Amino acid sequence: MIRSCLSALLSHWRRNPLQLFAYIAGLALATALWSGVQAINSEARASYQAAAATLGEGQNDLLFPKHGDRIPQKTYVLLRHSGWLVSPIVSGRLNDVRLIGIDLVTSTTGLASRKEALEPTLIGSDSLLANEETALRLGSSLEITVDASIAPGIAIGDIGLVQRLLGRDDLSHLVLLPDQPIGQPALDTIAPNLRLQSALTATNVAELTNSFHLNLTAFGLLSFAVGLFIVHSTIGLAFEQRRGMIRTLRSLGVPLHTLVILITTEMMMLAAIGAGFGIVLGYLIAAFLLPDVAATLRGLYGAQISGTLELRASWWVSGLLLGLVGTAAALSSQIWRIATMPILVSVKPRAWLVATASRFRLHSIVAAALLCATVLLALFCDGLLAGFVLLGCLLIGAALALPAITAYILTLLQKHTVAPVWAWFWADTRQQLPGLSLALMALLLAVSANIGVSTMVSSFRLTFVSFLDQRLAPELFVEVNSADQSVALETFLGSRKIEILPLLTTQVTMLEQTVALYGVRVGQTYRDAWVFLDETPAAWDLVEANNAVVVNEQLARRADLWVGDLVQITTDLALPIAAVVGDYGNPQAQIIISENTFQGLHPEIHPLRFGIRTQAAAKLRLQIIELVGIDDSAIIDQAAIKALSLNVFERTFVVTSALNVLTLGVASFSILMSLLTLADLRVPQLAPVWALGLTRRHLGWLELLRSVILATIVFVCALPLGLALAWVLLTIINVEAFGWQLPIYLFPINYLQLGGYALVAAFLAATWPAVRLISTSTSTLLGIFASER
Amino acid sequence: MVLRFEEVRKSFRDGDSVVPVLQDISFELKAGQTLALRGESGSGKSTLLHIAGALEAPDAGHVWVSGQDLTRLNDNRRARLRRTDIALVFQQFNLIPSLTVEANISFHAALSGHVDLLHIEQISAALGLLGQMKKYPEALSGGQQQRVAIARAIAAKPKLMLADEPTGNLDEATAQDVLEQMLKLVVQMGTALMVVTHSPNIAARMDRQLHLRSGQLA
Amino acid sequence: MSVRLLVFLLLWPFGVMAQGFSGLGAGAEGFDKPAPNLVFNFPTDHGAHPKYRIEWWYLTANLNGPDGTAYGLQWTLFRTALVPGEAEGWQSPQIWFAHAAVTTPDLHFATERFARGGIGQAGVDINPFRAWIDEWALDGVDLETLTLTANGSDFGYNMSLQAEGPLIFHGDNGYSVKAAGGQASYYYSQPFFQVKGTLKLPTGDIAVTGSAWLDHEWSSQPLSEDQSGWDWFSLSLLGGAKLMGFQLRQVDGSLYNSATWISPDGATTSYGDGNFSATSLLTSDVVDRELPTQWRVKLPDRGVDVVVTALNPDAWMGLSIPYWEGPVTVSGSHTGQGYLEMTGYE
Repeated sequence: MIRSCLSALLSHWRRNPLQLFAYIAGLALATALWSGVQAINSEARASYQAAAATLGEGQNDLLFPKHGDRIPQKTYVLLRHSGWLVSPIVSGRLNDVRLIGIDLVTSTTGLASRKEALEPTLIGSDSLLANEETALRLGSSLEITVDASIAPGIAIGDIGLVQRLLGRDDLSHLVLLPDQPIGQPALDTIAPNLRLQSALTATNVAELTNSFHLNLTAFGLLSFAVGLFIVHSTIGLAFEQRRGMIRTLRSLGVPLHTLVILITTEMMMLAAIGAGFGIVLGYLIAAFLLPDVAATLRGLYGAQISGTLELRASWWVSGLLLGLVGTAAALSSQIWRIATMPILVSVKPRAWLVATASRFRLHSIVAAALLCATVLLALFCDGLLAGFVLLGCLLIGAALALPAITAYILTLLQKHTVAPVWAWFWADTRQQLPGLSLALMALLLAVSANIGVSTMVSSFRLTFVSFLDQRLAPELFVEVNSADQSVALETFLGSRKIEILPLLTTQVTMLEQTVALYGVRVGQTYRDAWVFLDETPAAWDLVEANNAVVVNEQLARRADLWVGDLVQITTDLALPIAAVVGDYGNPQAQIIISENTFQGLHPEIHPLRFGIRTQAAAKLRLQIIELVGIDDSAIIDQAAIKALSLNVFERTFVVTSALNVLTLGVASFSILMSLLTLADLRVPQLAPVWALGLTRRHLGWLELLRSVILATIVFVCALPLGLALAWVLLTIINVEAFGWQLPIYLFPINYLQLGGYALVAAFLAATWPAVRLISTSTSTLLGIFASER
Repeated sequence: MVLRFEEVRKSFRDGDSVVPVLQDISFELKAGQTLALRGESGSGKSTLLHIAGALEAPDAGHVWVSGQDLTRLNDNRRARLRRTDIALVFQQFNLIPSLTVEANISFHAALSGHVDLLHIEQISAALGLLGQMKKYPEALSGGQQQRVAIARAIAAKPKLMLADEPTGNLDEATAQDVLEQMLKLVVQMGTALMVVTHSPNIAARMDRQLHLRSGQLA
Repeated sequence: MSVRLLVFLLLWPFGVMAQGFSGLGAGAEGFDKPAPNLVFNFPTDHGAHPKYRIEWWYLTANLNGPDGTAYGLQWTLFRTALVPGEAEGWQSPQIWFAHAAVTTPDLHFATERFARGGIGQAGVDINPFRAWIDEWALDGVDLETLTLTANGSDFGYNMSLQAEGPLIFHGDNGYSVKAAGGQASYYYSQPFFQVKGTLKLPTGDIAVTGSAWLDHEWSSQPLSEDQSGWDWFSLSLLGGAKLMGFQLRQVDGSLYNSATWISPDGATTSYGDGNFSATSLLTSDVVDRELPTQWRVKLPDRGVDVVVTALNPDAWMGLSIPYWEGPVTVSGSHTGQGYLEMTGYE
């Protein structure tokens, strides 16, 4: 019985290969989109983690010199003799590769498991560890053991070897091991020149890259939702087609539970096949996009991610799970309906479509509830989690509200239409809604995701570019590495009456966090270029007069100190905040004081970075190199930085727009498949209209028009939804995640373009069904009217 | 002359063989005349009706409706003729599911461009549909759906009305009732009517009867 | 850092486990090998012997609190050489590590330290004597009068030690054979320390007094490759006599044993294979292993037939190199206390 039952069930697919294709392709695309985005995301994350772990800076507190970047080795030994369990790190650059010297014997990790294979040694060895690309860059004069797990651009070696290669006998910083012994003396009494940077506030590569990840994560979330809708819609339609057969099988005596098991097995196996295809497809998508993502992140943050893609369980398993869980969820409701369906109920697909309309009401109620929750969350809740819940409520609520809104619009149009064909058209379109609603919801989410993410990325770019304009106002930047060079440069430029903007900097601990303290020489440049989020009048004058400070937004938010509030800089010195400046993409709190105030606090610190105002940048650059003896690589001009930054954003856009096109493509595929599956149900609905005097060509065009009009309605709904999405991402989630808010900029041309894409997608999706309709034979249409006599 | 068939032939392809359905059919139907088309299953009745209704084209011969030779009209012109001069009532699936009964009835008239609301109300009243006007087709019984289809056909004030077993799915009493009303209205309007039926009772009510046997008029 | 990379932090110095306990059975090419008839040169020989592969300064103490509660204490500094010899700075091939433990009747604390040689983080100076790693140190003018300190994250101790007897040389005047094949080490002890000091435990400081036993042993390959571990006893018997005995377990199940009888005045008698015996009477389930925590120890030549019982069966040293080490009590033909070390139980 099982075999014949199964062959009957499978015969449906044989007779309707298109539906089989729709089912498998729908799942494959949904899975592909999800796993593709996941692959990119996890690959990038894994690369940061490799980088952070390689640096050993992720999890542990660190000790840094208070001044300069060197720690004498005897300080290390002294700390160990005092019971401070630290591990030494020396790092520096060689051939543009970051060399990291570690002491494996005292380092934090790896003590636990010792049964793993013996690897080439690091202790006392003359060999560096690096990946293949880095090894090539280092050249053949060094002995290098290739290890693919080492982060790109980094070579690791024994501390003794790296010291030799860098020509040093000191250390860069110390890693504080997690378990410290009892009876430890205070750090200040042992090594007063070191400061402790706790793991939480450490300048962590992964931390910096998160704001770009948020972009991708949002896309991942939305593609998940789009995929879920597609799976749901495909399964619903596939089931509807087979209700007659199921009824027949049951009336022939097949037990219900046998049928349920058979169908579940069949559908899940097909789903697994589809998801499998999807993972392969997702891999290809990711492989295609990853070089751009890698370039984006490298340029944006200096974080290296390798351009190669690994098959990580995290994304292909989650892709498979999405496919199977989505299928199971969609199946369960269908199975439930079969289980509760009386055997002899008449099988009227049309009746199902109409009956589904009553679900609109339920959906509308749920949608209203979710949207109310969205508003309440936005008004009253804080936290990243609340932000994401808000995002979920907003998207699902909007999606569920879409069919009801569309139906309402169509009813309005129908009411105000006199021409009978058009009145019929609107009514007929409305009747198609239940069958199309899931595909339309998918399109809504795809379009609004695109609007939201594009807005976010573009706002990010605009903000950043204007921020760069501020910060890069001086034409030349020079970074020196000693106090002597610092003095020489100032003398040289001072003698030529060239405006120079020295930047004094140090790290201090105040307000329970590590704060970057900057001393600046207030001049016209600062007054002209800097745009504040909030300020008192003549803010720079107050700073120049040593009477106020400027803080960045990160500090303002974390310490909840705003314009007018006092900042306790030292125990003796408290100054009011004159202005708050936006400092995008930087996790660290900053305080900017005048050069004089800074020198009063830290007389031992010399400025190592200078901005120089000049109209003859190229000439001055040469003079600085020749006459002051500063290395060419230490001088950067603004145009170069700006070009680099813009390049970074261009790459971000490549990735973003590629994902745009992909999501739209998937959504339009969903529409295509819904239309094709509905096509057979449509014949009885269209035959009378045809018989009454509309040509098939005419009807075909109307089908196309219907698709475009529905897409237009969806787009009209998606626009505010996308903007709301962007608003949530920029003003709620970004603030919760990173502590700074991005202003929203609107890009109407961009949106119109996206709308155009959506309409084209809908038009293309409807083309095939329309052509099929036009070429339907008259006998098929006439067959509707003839009964089986 | 509302309808005229001249030497009409039609055959269908069934695999490699060609099956003749209609062979040299010629007849005429005047305005106000009613005609019953009878014959066994597969004798070609429906095909003849479809050709008369400009839904299908003959292989050979000529068909005139309201003086226009259907065989010389393109798809667009035939569709226009269906809108303006012809009304069809099929055995099933006549109605547009997305429209109310009221909209269905007036739909064809609206397509042909002359909606006569008073007329529609009279027809609806005559067919006992006034209480159903706001409903959708699936809420109606089979008999009621056929009444709506007939009402729509008559409301369009066609010159030629074609009905293919319009009461075939109805029980005897209902069928009789529906048919009576249809005939009454057709006669009132002077429409030419051709009904495909295998019921002798219905055929007896028509002015003329034609018998099809193996694609030929007997 | 990939875990793989770091694994050999331990693997590297100690070799692969397949070959005896912590690789002590691995080959010793290029290293000096112990030979009989060495004339020890003190204080130089109290210091490190970098041409030998491994070396340790191993101190155990049996202590009592003011209320008579028994405690045990361990402090061990290990040296292992990657290649023979010494060099400056990070180039030094010497790796130092140390273990410290305190055992109470129901608790056991253990911790470890690591250091590279050559940079001063760990080492052994001879004049004055100082063995240290980080802030842990065994420190004195000579080996007679010492202070001892170690700290973990939840315990620590400060002790002062006074030797009340001579140094003891095991085996053939300090040449201690460990296998029938002739593998041997240099091995001498100072078992006559009197100790007092403070244990720092999470429950508070405890003043303690007792006795301690220091071993200094170095070799390049003390185990043969077919030996899988050892059971080592150092017992201080009532009346002042002491017994050091060990058995090395062979992979085939046979044993190689050795013992030193120390009379109260410090006179020693060495016993080669076949005299000393230790058989398990009772095992305990310790960290998913079956470990013998009560032994019957015999040295018939001295009329010794005693039951040795662990003070706390859970004295497991769950460190990079795991083993069992803890204080024991002695009853039977003799009474007393001491220390038991068991290695190679997997």
